[in-house]
Amino acid sequence: MIDPYVILDLLLGLAVVALAAAVLTVRDLFAAIVLFIVFGLLSALAWVRLAAPDVALAEAAIGTGLTGALLLKTLHHLRYVTGSLDRQAALSVTPVQPVPMAVIWVNAAFCGLVTLGLAAAFLGAPRNGPGFDALVAEAMPASGVEHPVTAVLLNFRAYDTLMEVVVLLAAVIAVWQIERGLSEAPAPALGEVWAGFARLVLPAIVVIGTYLLWVGAEAPGGAFQGGAVLAAVGLLLLLSRLYVPRPAHRGVARLGFVLGTGAFAAVALLVAGGGRVAFEYPLEHAKTLILLIEGVVTISIAITLAALFHGREPVALSASETRHDA
Amino acid sequence: MTPDIIYGVTGIAVFAIGLVGALCAQDRLRRVLALKLASVGAGFVLVVAAWRAPPAAPDPVPHALVITGIVVMVSATAVALALIRRLQSLEAEDAE
Repeated sequence: MIDPYVILDLLLGLAVVALAAAVLTVRDLFAAIVLFIVFGLLSALAWVRLAAPDVALAEAAIGTGLTGALLLKTLHHLRYVTGSLDRQAALSVTPVQPVPMAVIWVNAAFCGLVTLGLAAAFLGAPRNGPGFDALVAEAMPASGVEHPVTAVLLNFRAYDTLMEVVVLLAAVIAVWQIERGLSEAPAPALGEVWAGFARLVLPAIVVIGTYLLWVGAEAPGGAFQGGAVLAAVGLLLLLSRLYVPRPAHRGVARLGFVLGTGAFAAVALLVAGGGRVAFEYPLEHAKTLILLIEGVVTISIAITLAALFHGREPVALSASETRHDA
Repeated sequence: MTPDIIYGVTGIAVFAIGLVGALCAQDRLRRVLALKLASVGAGFVLVVAAWRAPPAAPDPVPHALVITGIVVMVSATAVALALIRRLQSLEAEDAE
């Protein structure tokens, strides 16, 4: 009797590989992005099977949801710029300079070698081997939270997480610089169904995002997953035009971008001293401090991700652009 | 057949597909998609490394690393897409 879960695993693994291949071979770019979103959701499902619900949540919310939104927005912009907006099956949007077949074959051979090496290394590596499980389990009582992944992210390896927030900050600064003065593709008109959907779903998303943040201390969830779900609120507000960014809002937005990094670094440095190093939270306040950092970082992540989706910095419309809109 | 073997091979296959795509794809947007596929493939291998045969709990450190990787990847993707949008606009202006 074959375990039904093995069949599920095999089918899921095959589907993930087939979808990955389809993303790169399907002709229509819009279809490629949609297939990529399906690929990401099935990968998240596979990670649930591997007992990694935190990673699955992050992949579904950030790696698939927000990345998918970014890709679709970019495709819309590219089709607008190249004037192929109304052609549904525009094959590719950037001018194609054919790569010589010889180069492709050399690249493919190189990739095959790399893959063979990786597969040999994976199959030869010890599995179920001792990792950091014992060390983490031993240190858990000193972490201030009950969920191991949150303890690793916000306590044991908090430097990584601080740098991760810094990377997000750097990304939004870079995007604002790159898109300075870039004209924006007009957003597609959304029907009434959409407005009703936004009204219904917005309060629910706010509750889910806050819950994910709060529950992160003892169960799967946390700042990044909660922040991504809250960023979806920003996306819906932007798409439904319930919120239109104005140049006057730039100050608040900048404050939101640096809030997470600033608060995280401030807490890390303030707990130092008296024989403690940075990030060594005093045990009796550890949970409070971790929740404080997570709360502030969540707000910052949500604002930053929504700003990454919106793209360019809100600037006053010049005369020509105003005329263009009218 | 345990899940770690099945998904480990899946992850390596997805990484390979992403690598080929990143090197051989001709469309810029598709290259970004290919890099994203490769990152998910790498995530698969790390999550598999963290897996322990039930009822043992998985190793949380690789999980935290993959979450960090996902957030860094979305930042990198956003910057790459902004560059593509800018490049396309510049080319369209040149063409006019």
